[in-house]
Amino acid sequence: MFRTRPDHRPETVQVFVEGRALMVPEGSSAAAAILISGLSSIRETAVSGSPRLPWCMMGVCFDCLAEIDGVANRQACMVQVAVGMRIARQHGAREVPR
Amino acid sequence: MTARRFDAMVIGGGLVGSAIAWGLRREGLSVALLDEGDAAYRASRGNFGLVWVQSKGLGAPWYQRWTRQSAESWAELANDLAKQTGQSLGLSQPGGLHLCLSDREMNERAERLEQMKREAGNYGFEYRMLDAREAREMLPGLGPAVVGASFTPYDGHVSPLALLRSLHHSFTALGGVYLPNVKITGIATAPRNFLLDTNLGTIQAERAVLAAGLGNATLASHFGLKAPVRPQRGQVLVTERTRAALPMPTTTIRQTGEGSIMLGDSVEEVGFDTRQTQPVMAEIAHRAALCFPWIGKLNVVRAWSALRVMSPDGLPIYDQSETLPGAYTANCHSGVTLAAAHGKLLAPMIARGALDPFLTPFSAERF
Repeated sequence: MFRTRPDHRPETVQVFVEGRALMVPEGSSAAAAILISGLSSIRETAVSGSPRLPWCMMGVCFDCLAEIDGVANRQACMVQVAVGMRIARQHGAREVPR
Repeated sequence: MTARRFDAMVIGGGLVGSAIAWGLRREGLSVALLDEGDAAYRASRGNFGLVWVQSKGLGAPWYQRWTRQSAESWAELANDLAKQTGQSLGLSQPGGLHLCLSDREMNERAERLEQMKREAGNYGFEYRMLDAREAREMLPGLGPAVVGASFTPYDGHVSPLALLRSLHHSFTALGGVYLPNVKITGIATAPRNFLLDTNLGTIQAERAVLAAGLGNATLASHFGLKAPVRPQRGQVLVTERTRAALPMPTTTIRQTGEGSIMLGDSVEEVGFDTRQTQPVMAEIAHRAALCFPWIGKLNVVRAWSALRVMSPDGLPIYDQSETLPGAYTANCHSGVTLAAAHGKLLAPMIARGALDPFLTPFSAERF
């Protein structure tokens, strides 16, 4: 559904979305990486379990919540990709970190 | 233009006014509920959501009893509303803890609750002081800074926004007339005959209930009443949603039905200043992380401030006008806890035409 624009950002970095290696433009958000990966959802909502993908891409809607490098509930649209970043599905509400 | 006539008009569409209007409508009165709009300070949109008993009414057993009566009527209120709206209020009343972070706090707490039990007399007041180990068994995840806690079985919490919405919904479904964005341009009064000129036309009623929060301070004198209330700011932080982690609320920390952790209970005397301040937010977060270290690792996703409606002694004010019978005033900072008392106990008194004598200590004549 989404394609990159190599004309703008030719440099790429490798990240992992749900364990799958993916090359994305340098400077992209993790949410962009999720959209490029073609996944049908990245989280299930905390209350009803409804599947979601990134939506507003500007830090407002919280539909892009993902586990990034082991940290739960991060807003993927507010995180810039880094080499080797691991972006994983957020299953409902996070566990409490004890 | 002819006036729209009602048995009662309630001025103020927040939790206090909505609960009273709902109760009056259930008594069979025709009721207009007048809501100012978002220019108002809207304490009912900033609530923390506790249904709380254990800290209230020290030295004022009539307030302790009123609060208890409300907490005990709350399940019935939630049922009545849910039956009509189909929406759950998320009410949970498993009891509550007040956490103490020092021996001094623990001693003060023990003295306070002992006095409340003494003052409750034969009405009774169940509580327990818990040492750190006992408190940890009731609330897993407590930090080492917690030296103990007090517990009462009466406490609980609820979604305050769902409550407000349900009261409005139910009131309207019962045939009540909800009028939003009302601007009052003129007030004419006579005993049991009140006339308001508004941007929506003239409204006339035999009873007038002032429940306009901080607005009551200026409204009251038009009705032969006094409402010396002032704003007191509280700030609230809300974290991201987590799996169920807190089986019961504390005085300052609760987990909502959806999983968010709410942190609050600051007290500031700053007039009508509704801003948030970094030092207070930091203090709320710091204390929460001392109580539950894992909360310190959560993200805060929202924060706000709101103004409590505070009387000089912190207790509610309920009054009926001597000079203008039919006019009443209701003022409090516990619109959630007292919603059941307002809807099920106070409203029927207003419908009957007089406040019961046990509410006399709440009159503004005490100031």
